Amino acid sequence: MTTNTRTTSGTSRPRHAHRKPGGHRERLAQWTFVLPMMLFLLLFFCYPVLRNLAMSFQEWTVASFYEGGSPFVGLDNYIALVTDPIFGRAVLNTALFTAGSLLFQFVIGLGLAVFFQRRFPLSGTLRGLMLLPWLLPLVVSGAVFRWIYDEGFGVLNQLLLGLHLISDPIPWLSSTQYALTSAIIANIWVGVPFNLVILHSGLQAVPASLYEAAALDGAGPWQRFRMITLPLLRPVIAIVLMLGLIYTLKVFDMIMILTGGGPANASETLTTWSFALSFEEFDFGQGAAVGNLLIVIALVFALLYLRSIRNTFSSQGERG
Amino acid sequence: MTTTRRVGNTVVGILLVLVFLAPVYWMINVSLQSSDALLRTPPAWFPFDPTWSGYAEALRTQGSHLVTSLVIALGTVVFTLLVSAPAAYALARFRLRGTLALVLVVLLVQMVPGIVMANSLYPIFSGVGLLDSYPGMILADSTLTVPFAVLILRTFMSGVPGELIEAARVDGCGQWRTFGSVVLPVCRNAVITAGLFSFLFAWADFLFAVSFTTGNTIQPITVGIYRFVGNQTTNWNGVMATAVLASIPAAVLLLTAQRYVAAGITGGGVKE
Repeated sequence: MTTNTRTTSGTSRPRHAHRKPGGHRERLAQWTFVLPMMLFLLLFFCYPVLRNLAMSFQEWTVASFYEGGSPFVGLDNYIALVTDPIFGRAVLNTALFTAGSLLFQFVIGLGLAVFFQRRFPLSGTLRGLMLLPWLLPLVVSGAVFRWIYDEGFGVLNQLLLGLHLISDPIPWLSSTQYALTSAIIANIWVGVPFNLVILHSGLQAVPASLYEAAALDGAGPWQRFRMITLPLLRPVIAIVLMLGLIYTLKVFDMIMILTGGGPANASETLTTWSFALSFEEFDFGQGAAVGNLLIVIALVFALLYLRSIRNTFSSQGERG
Repeated sequence: MTTTRRVGNTVVGILLVLVFLAPVYWMINVSLQSSDALLRTPPAWFPFDPTWSGYAEALRTQGSHLVTSLVIALGTVVFTLLVSAPAAYALARFRLRGTLALVLVVLLVQMVPGIVMANSLYPIFSGVGLLDSYPGMILADSTLTVPFAVLILRTFMSGVPGELIEAARVDGCGQWRTFGSVVLPVCRNAVITAGLFSFLFAWADFLFAVSFTTGNTIQPITVGIYRFVGNQTTNWNGVMATAVLASIPAAVLLLTAQRYVAAGITGGGVKE
């Protein structure tokens, strides 16, 4: 199959080019289509990312903005970060926040996707309503959870007290013990719809005949899920986890509005810490250094992902 | 499948939605109760004595912020479509040198964390006077929307039948004319999807809003809510009423354009 399509496009391409020689003017007209985007990417991605790299080797203070002058200080910013007691805390919190969010978003999303694969009245409408949390501004969801978690009057404590599951209200956001977990739970709620939609569209591509054949062979629901759904869904699962990881690494709004990274840095992640360093302490050099660390982490996972899909493709090629 | 099992599934589905959307219910419920009622325990499970005072306060204190966000979001949509649609067409159709590399760049820039952009754009904006300004916010928010719009539009534009484009060319249309009068109308749905999502991204942005506005001249609604929550934690009905108002674009989008929404979520990154 793959080779077939490849040869077809291979033969049509040169013919196409011969028919339309496209002189200089034509080429020029074509470039005007991409030029605005290229300018935008250069000015608003390439330049800022390089600038951020440069800033991480400079010393920035409030005065840098008024009098100019941000002297080169080598690796000082990075050394200051690594020796900062908050560093370990922020790295650990980022790992916990990302892993916890991803795991539960994925498991709940997959469960819902499998459920909504069934055909029943209102299935599509109900699945559509499930998207709402993903579409709401994160600040809105954060404000709602802030009330839900409110120690005295929030519905969560009232519910747990009413059910006699707890005897004293839990300070969800104001205790170092619970703050990070509370932020993770709220973030899971936001991320489930994304997993649901992508996994559901992946499930649509699994041929129903496979399930029927397996059912005839006597495979139960669990076996069908494990032997058919999961293996065939693997590429989609890789994508959903990869995108989820990139999104979750840079989550800012939710933590910021729930806890602001506190109390006592209990829910500080690399992202909120970077913001605090730059925009609260006006040390843009250290803020930039933390940001670069985030880029490196995202890149490492992106490369791992690219390698894994390359392996999938090559192993498929061998089988075919 | 028997009818009872189908209906059983519907019941389970409705229950799942009710549990999952409970936070949204509480947002609306709290927004309709008076501040005093909200200081009673346990909270009322239903707004038996609804009041609009929360909404009155929301409009009074946050109304201008809603308008600010509306202007920024609309500006972002226009700018994004102007930059992305032609580029997406070129990446989908023209065999220019380096096209593939450009697509890869567009994919990669989506991975740059927002905090890095905020951190480095701040001194840049500060230098050229773009802080606390509409153009600054529109340009910053466009970094969220342009890559997304390019990718989703490119996917759709590769699907435009080649004969249509050829026909227009044979009739003597230039590249831009073909694009404007043939490609764009055919891809109307994709353009709508890209536009709607650009609106939502810009409307929901908080990081750039809180980094690049000081509140002196303009203040987007997300920052309005953030400061509102921070200032007075007892005035929950006003906060929740503002939250409801800020949710309207998302709700409208979901109710009127559900198929675009699903297309946007799956198309943005996955179709690659």
